Amino acid sequence: MQSPDRTRGARPVKVSPTLTSYLQIGPLLLVLLLFFGIPLLVVIAYSFFQFDGLDSVPAFDFVNYIDVLTSGVTLSLYLKTLYYAVVVWAITLLIGFTVAYFLAFHVQSLIWQMALFLLCTVPFWTSNIIRMISWIPFLGRNGIFNNALIGAGITQQPLEFLLFSDFAVIIAYVHLFTLFMIVPIFNAMARIDKALIEAARDGGASGWRIIWDIVVPLSKTGIALGSIFVVTLVMGDFFVVKVMSGSQSASIAMAMSNQIAMVQYPPAAASAVILLIVVSLMVAAILRVVDVRKEIAG
Amino acid sequence: MKKGKAKTAGQRARTQTSTGRRRFLKTAALTAGAAATTGLIDGFPLVWSQNIKDVKLMQVGGSYSAIKDIADQATKDLGFKVEMQTADHSALLNRLVTQPQTIDIADIEYFFQLHLIKRGTLQPMEEKKIKLWDKVVPIFTKGTYPDGRKVSDQGVLPYKVQYVSGPGAKEFAKGPTKWITGIPTVYNADTLGIRPDLVKRKVESWSELLNPEWKGKTSIVSVPGIGIMDAAMAIEARGDIKYGDKGNMTKAEIDKTIDILKAAKKAGQFRAMWATFDESVNLMASGETIVQSMWSPAVTAVRSRGIPCYYAPLKEGYRAWGSCIAPMAHLKGIQLDAAYEYINWYMSGWQAGFIAKQGYYSSVPEAAKKFMTEDEYGYWYEGKPAKGEIKDPYGNVMEKPGAVRDGGAFWDRMGKVACWNTLMDENQYMVKKWNEFLAS
Repeated sequence: MQSPDRTRGARPVKVSPTLTSYLQIGPLLLVLLLFFGIPLLVVIAYSFFQFDGLDSVPAFDFVNYIDVLTSGVTLSLYLKTLYYAVVVWAITLLIGFTVAYFLAFHVQSLIWQMALFLLCTVPFWTSNIIRMISWIPFLGRNGIFNNALIGAGITQQPLEFLLFSDFAVIIAYVHLFTLFMIVPIFNAMARIDKALIEAARDGGASGWRIIWDIVVPLSKTGIALGSIFVVTLVMGDFFVVKVMSGSQSASIAMAMSNQIAMVQYPPAAASAVILLIVVSLMVAAILRVVDVRKEIAG
Repeated sequence: MKKGKAKTAGQRARTQTSTGRRRFLKTAALTAGAAATTGLIDGFPLVWSQNIKDVKLMQVGGSYSAIKDIADQATKDLGFKVEMQTADHSALLNRLVTQPQTIDIADIEYFFQLHLIKRGTLQPMEEKKIKLWDKVVPIFTKGTYPDGRKVSDQGVLPYKVQYVSGPGAKEFAKGPTKWITGIPTVYNADTLGIRPDLVKRKVESWSELLNPEWKGKTSIVSVPGIGIMDAAMAIEARGDIKYGDKGNMTKAEIDKTIDILKAAKKAGQFRAMWATFDESVNLMASGETIVQSMWSPAVTAVRSRGIPCYYAPLKEGYRAWGSCIAPMAHLKGIQLDAAYEYINWYMSGWQAGFIAKQGYYSSVPEAAKKFMTEDEYGYWYEGKPAKGEIKDPYGNVMEKPGAVRDGGAFWDRMGKVACWNTLMDENQYMVKKWNEFLAS
């Protein structure tokens, strides 16, 4: 605690730029260490513990990893989860790109642009769970959609695949995660100089060529960021897949949650570490294709 | 400029706190003096009663047993505070294992004892301090029915985990001892819920769960340890496997069971698997499923929406489960005394009457009787047709006059237990295979 007069009189203290940077990232670093770093270390430590069927015993043993990596179920779980991730990524990318393109290039007035953008966030005003669960009565065997189809004479029998199926899982994912695609892509597109597109049009480029040769390359950052959001969200999810598939399908995270339910911490920790590595590799791969840092800086 | 201002504000705050602290100290001294005087005048008992007023017991259990109304009534009757929190099976087990200090009274299913006694999470109770222990139904105290018949010990029969040799013991005692691991609170015998309007014939066997006639319209619980038991009931009923102990399968038995489940799933047998009470109710009420394993109050919940649904008594018997309460290891002194008082209150009937009106049984049926009308006891416990309307504890009408409880009287249901909810020796392997089934 300094007295007021001393501060008033003193010359500004010289702080080296490096120290300033450290001070600036300090709070975030602290939060990350406390709430991410330390728990992660605990998980890693646990993944080497021995598990005797009931209790976890401190040890340094690779048996949990060997179990996870040699089990056939791991591969099928990863394939299934990757399948969801890829399909959801493709659909959300298509929708996200289209919506962002419309907002950025077709809506001329800034006010309308912002209004429509806010409209995209309206679904987020209710909770994720409510938005997801509301699909159940809609898609059910005697649900609104089936009743409408039968009422309109389009089908005779209710469509069974609508609910408790991969279809239902993907619909819910797309509904929940598309906004995570729209926002970064729109953000990237909004920075594109409109003159560039006019110039291309004047030069005789077709609409498709403009999109392919100008808009897509210049929105790469947004696409990459959106893809990271969507892929990591799907890879780590167990709730949507559980509810929408009626527990008929599984994901990696759901298998872990079944293990944790039975306090089988060490095997669950090993799966978690492997999942973390896989997801990190996927993110690294996306970042390799698009150098986000360079794009943002440029 | 800015800095200077902040300093002044800080100084101001500091002076304020110091006067505040002085004032607080003064008041505290006065209160302490007053408390000391009253204590001297009225003697020790008042100090005790004042202390017990500060006792708070936190009970954590499933939504079907950790009910706020019970805690409120106990608080009123006992003069100290009882609070309830609910948590689902897995959340509760994880909390008991990782944060035992946050719970005073564990309200758990009996098979949790396998996890907890070994870890020393709970505190065994002295039998002599439990007033009504000799009135508890012999299923729990002796592992038998009143007529001496042995209760099925497939799975975790509560009797098998009911006693330990003393405090700190990590193994269960083979027979009755003076140390009890948990007081039975609510229990029931579960079977298949049926939609009679959509299943237009009689259902008499668990094997109907796998009958292709109901393809795409059946469901089991997605909790691995319970779902596999429902599946085993159905598989054994169909005659595919004769299990040594459905509740403690060998690896080979688990493999075969999961193979059969995978094949059934591939053929489109199940519509969905449910994880929560509400899910099971919604599946049945919406007609997504018409034959499914269910809990008794869930069947009632479907019926209370005006949709026909009943609990089929099946020839193979019931899958039973039981919950118990036990003080946690960290309780001592006045808090432990309060826990014993609370547990004795719990068994004395009010709670029993309350949960009976939801279709559960309690450990001392004759105590429950005191808190139920003759008609209620006749309907819920004796299998008699209701004379008037049957209401749930909150006063909602559940059954019209003339209704008879599915499965009949108490001993007609509890007398036909085939197996109990379980934790297998090969649990880890089972969960792994169950995940394989889900991924298939």
